[in-house]
Amino acid sequence: MPALVTRDEAARHAAKLKALWETSPGLKGWLATVDHKELGKRYLITAFVFLLLGGLEAAVMRWQLMQPDMHVLTPEAYAQLFTMHGITMIFLYAFPVLTGFSVYLWPLLLGCRDLAFPRLNAFTYWIFLFSGLLFYASFAAGWAPNNGWYNYVPYASQPYNPGPNIDVYAMAMILLGISTTGAAINFIVTLVRLRAPGMSINRIPILVWGTITAAMGNLFAVPAVSLAFALLWFDRQFNTHFYDVSQGGQPLLWQHLFWMFGHPWVYAIVLPAMGIVSDGIPIFCRRPLVGYSAVVLSTIATMVLGFGVWVHHMFATGIPMTAASFFSSASFIIVIPSAVAVFAWIATVWTGRPQFTAPFLFFAGFVLLFVIGGVSGFMTAAVPLDWQLTHTYFVVGHIHYVIIGINVFPVIAGVHLWFPKMTGRMMSEKLGKWSFWVMFVGFNLGFFPMHIVGLQGMPRRIYTYAADTGWGGTNLVITLGSYLFAAGVLLFLSNVVWSRWRGRPAGPNPWDGPTLEWSVSSPPPAYNFAVIPVVASRHPLWDGRLREEAVASSLDEGYLLAKERETLGTTPVDAEPDAILRMPRESLMPLLVSLALLVVFLGFSIHGVSALACWVLAGLGGAGTLACGIAWLWPHRYMVQTLDEDAP
Amino acid sequence: MNQAVDEFRELPVGSKGRRSSGWWGMVALVASEAAVFGYLLFSYYYLMAHSLHVWPLGGPPTLRLSAPGTLVLLAGSFVMYWGERGIKQGANGRLIAGLAISIVLAALFILLELWEWHDKGATPSTDVYSSSYFIITGFHLAHLAVGMVMLAVALVWACLGYFGPRRHSAVTIAGLYWHFVTVVWLAVFFTFFIVPRLSP
Ligand code: HEM
Ligand SMILES: [Cu+2]
Repeated sequence: MPALVTRDEAARHAAKLKALWETSPGLKGWLATVDHKELGKRYLITAFVFLLLGGLEAAVMRWQLMQPDMHVLTPEAYAQLFTMHGITMIFLYAFPVLTGFSVYLWPLLLGCRDLAFPRLNAFTYWIFLFSGLLFYASFAAGWAPNNGWYNYVPYASQPYNPGPNIDVYAMAMILLGISTTGAAINFIVTLVRLRAPGMSINRIPILVWGTITAAMGNLFAVPAVSLAFALLWFDRQFNTHFYDVSQGGQPLLWQHLFWMFGHPWVYAIVLPAMGIVSDGIPIFCRRPLVGYSAVVLSTIATMVLGFGVWVHHMFATGIPMTAASFFSSASFIIVIPSAVAVFAWIATVWTGRPQFTAPFLFFAGFVLLFVIGGVSGFMTAAVPLDWQLTHTYFVVGHIHYVIIGINVFPVIAGVHLWFPKMTGRMMSEKLGKWSFWVMFVGFNLGFFPMHIVGLQGMPRRIYTYAADTGWGGTNLVITLGSYLFAAGVLLFLSNVVWSRWRGRPAGPNPWDGPTLEWSVSSPPPAYNFAVIPVVASRHPLWDGRLREEAVASSLDEGYLLAKERETLGTTPVDAEPDAILRMPRESLMPLLVSLALLVVFLGFSIHGVSALACWVLAGLGGAGTLACGIAWLWPHRYMVQTLDEDAP
Repeated sequence: MNQAVDEFRELPVGSKGRRSSGWWGMVALVASEAAVFGYLLFSYYYLMAHSLHVWPLGGPPTLRLSAPGTLVLLAGSFVMYWGERGIKQGANGRLIAGLAISIVLAALFILLELWEWHDKGATPSTDVYSSSYFIITGFHLAHLAVGMVMLAVALVWACLGYFGPRRHSAVTIAGLYWHFVTVVWLAVFFTFFIVPRLSP
């Protein structure tokens, strides 16, 4: 029978808990770890490396466009660069970085000891990494995708694009889809099963709501794009005709499937980031978020509506006018939930006592950019305007305001906010403020003029332009501004590196935050919580001062759960304890299965180069996947998966 | 002592019964897989709606093999259900029989399906209809093969005596996937074999 103990008593068991949960030292432990904190940091670091790579590609492109008639890049090189830049930023940075925050923070926010499936967590990380490596290996080989990140047919079809470039894109995307789906399932089950006792659904932090909404969206959206790419691969390699108009296929089918995924994906890369904002602003305004329920509902409503507006990416394809009007209005409606969130943030700042720390500046900058990006989005959602703007540099401006504004700024704010938790050290406030202002000024200087040059008629995705267009001056400003922005990002990164070693020691709760992660040491112990906390409000660490709830949360008494790796299973809605869950120990199998799958997908990507090599690789990788997969799932006695007698 | 903590009772250990973490995970996976087939069928109907020819060209495909195949697959699902019920009452032998028979029935279905492919007189590259026919039924076959692996592994575990009346979530989880593959087939069957017969 599990013991019910106080935190002081549990402290005496700390050594045992540590031995149970700590990753073993050395290379083996590094490869086999299933600790969500370790994996979360890996997600974050890997995503930032991709951000840097994508930034490097952008810097080269902007060099080429700085002046008219520059020829640093060939048209083909430019095509690969803007495609890889888009893919890198959208798929390998923007979403994985948010997954990194969630993987690191969820168990700490929810009061449990790991995600529901720790080995799946390791698996999804490795698969994400390997799909990125597949993309970049093709780049190194000169075979990178070259058709833009949304990869329209027929230019993506075999006759017009015979190299392996597009096959690599297809296979790496399907691989990445496996990672995204696996992570989504992990989050869903964690939310349903692992919340601390008492954390009923109206007490869940908003970051968790943002992530779960994205996960639910991805669960249903990712299949569309995986399928679109699978069909494309069959068309290219086996002569099927899904997109081939000469045999009754439909090129527009690609666009439908891609954007049925693509638009929800846009929300997947912003909703968790908005969650970071909703949980962060209250800390620096010294009051709970205004309108918790409204923000939660608007988060969910955004995603639900987000499944119904994909056609606004297709206004210029000659679809019937009634359809265009319908999807245009739907796109306007989707602004409402976003506006709700904006009002909630403004009201929180207004009625709170804002502290102008570096993370707060990034949060505030985000709110401003979000509004500007929303306005330009409003413009492209209007059919007649979109006909003018589509495929111009205006869209490039819009994309970056939305994505850098809603993703990069909150992410950097989030790093400032949780860096002390992850490392035990504070980031430099002074450097942080400097990097904010450099990024903010550089960003607006570099990206706002894109709207103007777009209105003047400059198309996107052109590798150079003639002098008599008169776009040269604006483009010079754009390039210089974007370099300034990049310098700001580098300043931020140097702050991270410097603070990692030199920062002031942080203590458990340097910002005086209200949620559970701030109740444990920084960095947290391997087992997160010595006793599983019991939650009685939305902000357990502020209970004493707010006096909203009669019962205070209990962070010191609860189950010890130290027989094996254990955590508490609770009921889905009310979070009442209903089982003690045994969690897996570290394992090499997630890595091995991922490697085997990489071999399979590598094989499929080179089917056009050598069918024999393709099938050999696919066969070997398939056998490896099967063998290691079965070894992974083999029932373990220590998890009481085999014998009835073990049950109490 | 704190009031909230008072409510703690003695709790079962490990994943038990239908609501194990793995069961929830499989529910989520099945939802996502169902979406894959949803998009596949969407693509099929989209292509059909935009087709300029009679769809399919030679009239509706024959039921000679597909109808018996459907019955075989349904029977497999029922047998699996029967085996699951068995282990709940502690009848491990019944579980083993259920798993083994389901696997054999699935193999029979695959044979029928491959035979039908062979008799089709078309290939995936003949026209867009045959592309969708082969790819969609092929996707289903691939899922069936994965389901068979799951059942085979569960069969091994059953033979090793890993399951009992209170602890058999692996069987429930594999079973969930198995029934899903059957249900998907019904949708595919309806789309390819029944719908063309309904249109005038
Ligand atoms: C220093 C920062 C950045 C700079 C200087 C930059 C610059 C550029 C440039 C020059 C293009 C190509 C425009 C064209 O020729 O059509 C582009 C496209 C794009 N960028 Fe960025 N970018 C930056 C950051 C980002 C970030 C952080 C994201 C997303 C998270 C992003 C997403 C995209 C996308 C999706 C495209 C469209 C690619 C395509 O046309 O297929 N960018 N960017
Ligand atoms: Cu959209």
